[in-house]
Amino acid sequence: MPQTLEIGYGGSERLTMNMGPQHPSAHGVFRAILTLEGETVVGVDAVIGYLHRCHEKLGETLTYVQYPSIASKTDYVAAMTAELAYVSAVELVGKIEVPKRAQWLRVLAAELQRVASHCLWLGTWCMDMGGALGGGATVFLYAIREREDILDLFEALTGARLLYGFHQPGGTRYDLPAGWAEQCRKTLDRVERRLDEYEAMLDDNAFFLVRTQGVGIISRELAQEIGVSGPLLRGSGVNHDLRKAAPYSSYEDFQFRVPVETAGDCFARYRVRMVEFRESITIARQVLDGLPEGPISSRPGVKSVGQVRVPKGEGYARVEGARGEVGCYLVADGGPKPYRLKWRGASFSNLSVLPHILPGVKVADVVAIMGSVDPVFGEVDR
Amino acid sequence: MTLPPLAYHALVGFVVLNVVIGMVTYVTLLERKFAARMQSRIGPYYVGPHGLLQPIADAIKLMLKEDVVPTTADRWVYNLAPIVFLVPCVLIFATLPFAPGLGVADLNIGVLFFLAVSSLEIVGLFMGGWGSNNKYALLSAMRAVNQIISYDLPFVFAAFVPVVLAGSLQMSAIVAAQQGVWLGFVPKWFVVYPVIGQLAFVAFLVATLAAENRVPFDILEAESELVAGFRVEYSGMKFALIQLGEYAHMIGTSFLAALLFLGGWLGPGSEHALVGALWFLLKAMLVFLVVTWVRWSFVRIRVDQILAISWKLLLPASIVLLLATAFWVAARGGDGV
Repeated sequence: MPQTLEIGYGGSERLTMNMGPQHPSAHGVFRAILTLEGETVVGVDAVIGYLHRCHEKLGETLTYVQYPSIASKTDYVAAMTAELAYVSAVELVGKIEVPKRAQWLRVLAAELQRVASHCLWLGTWCMDMGGALGGGATVFLYAIREREDILDLFEALTGARLLYGFHQPGGTRYDLPAGWAEQCRKTLDRVERRLDEYEAMLDDNAFFLVRTQGVGIISRELAQEIGVSGPLLRGSGVNHDLRKAAPYSSYEDFQFRVPVETAGDCFARYRVRMVEFRESITIARQVLDGLPEGPISSRPGVKSVGQVRVPKGEGYARVEGARGEVGCYLVADGGPKPYRLKWRGASFSNLSVLPHILPGVKVADVVAIMGSVDPVFGEVDR
Repeated sequence: MTLPPLAYHALVGFVVLNVVIGMVTYVTLLERKFAARMQSRIGPYYVGPHGLLQPIADAIKLMLKEDVVPTTADRWVYNLAPIVFLVPCVLIFATLPFAPGLGVADLNIGVLFFLAVSSLEIVGLFMGGWGSNNKYALLSAMRAVNQIISYDLPFVFAAFVPVVLAGSLQMSAIVAAQQGVWLGFVPKWFVVYPVIGQLAFVAFLVATLAAENRVPFDILEAESELVAGFRVEYSGMKFALIQLGEYAHMIGTSFLAALLFLGGWLGPGSEHALVGALWFLLKAMLVFLVVTWVRWSFVRIRVDQILAISWKLLLPASIVLLLATAFWVAARGGDGV
């Protein structure tokens, strides 16, 4: 499917409009150069790279002990899964065992993180369609309230609210503090109750439906060809979830459903994520119910930054993040630092579908579609 | 008191103008507080008790802001636009009687004057969008023209239903026609007039939302795609004037809705002009809060969807409604109900 670039077209009927990198709904620093005919988009040139921080090079200069808390900064909205991808790669290449309790704790953290990330997505996406002063801000403030509760849990667990450093090669750095499980259960109950409120507010909202149904359709073929993953892929009718397809960190121990919608439009992606909310809560409850006893790490506590050494080898570990497949390819040379590190960001692959689906839509739909893709630019640009 | 008519009108006009500006200032606080409640927030709180001085602080802040004019802007058009926008928005209050005998001018074509003047705001709006020489502003101005042309027609037709029912274009006569009660307790307001009244009220409210550029029809502001629409380049007092005009238009339309459908100043004790004015204010604020409620619970719809709603649904429906009302009134003997 060729992308039509219309940059430089001098016709008087067309208008070139710059959306971003500083724009209220750019979700970070994304720049889309839109070519418009009236209100209709006829061409789009997506420019990324404004948030490039040499993350992969940075990974080569930091040791295996240091880097997990930096890995958070690739996808700062779902930092737990980014860390998990990195330590999984280290453990894969270094053949490091992870105790059962640590694996379950990782699942708990990842699922709570998914809930928090989806909360932020729901709020910002609705804001894209309703505007900061419009209807969407209401949902934004509700969703941020729930995310805040989850971040409180993370703060009690790790001491940090956004970038955690919870994982380390061989296990987790922290165990659950006293009383944390009870607090977590209460929060999950509350979030679940409020999910009903969101659905009551949005599912039958006629204005919400006309803005989302049939908008930004990603066909099954296009989704597979571009390599999108996560809720986008499942919203386009492909039943692929790494937690089921290639279970890691004991995901095979848990009972959950993988939602699949076939429509491929914004509303389908919304439905997929709303079900994922509930499934994540179910998984988190199962972890709290049956958390095994035992050590939280197979390695001794951190005493020096260079104490983890990984033998020569290479490997690719992938986890199902909130936005899709987060992968980390690691080449080790026997030292305390990786020889080469490569990230596969879910947002980057998902975002590359935009030039294929944007031509032909109205300007207002550009932001709705971009919001439904849910990109995090820390992960796109790395 | 014997003032020459010109001086009398000038005096009353001055008073009304200031009351309107004061009201606009405080209505923003009302809206913000109301929205905050809806969103489980507190809203403005720190300036004065419960944030009561916040609007004043905002006004002072806007006056002290630097006034930036883009170098590529069409200076004359750009500088003139806020004034051209504001004047019709304030002028609509000229024919509004706030209570019997309390108003600038109770014209015999009051409703017509109101509708005609309120649609003039588009001139200032388009001047702002064009003069800014900004693509967002231009797109927004383009949308505004589309939208206002499409929604002024249903707006007028829906507003003419009470006019036909009352048999007069004069605002005070329309209120007078709503006097009395049915069955001993139901007030004879046009909103409770069987079937016609409710349909017309709904059509009027929807058209009002669009004419005021409020969510879900605020495509010309559209901050998520067009940043702030036609006023993206305005700052300081010019921005404040535009904001003032928008809110004045909104309040004026709320007053019109209260007058046409909710019996205006009628209510217990409305023989006294001031009590009547209070009733009128209450009803207008009720309409305003309904509009605000809609604003904070819906998403914005797309420009093509907005046009489709107007031309395919609202316009035919309001024409049919107006014709039906006219036939009904004619069948009952002609001169109003």
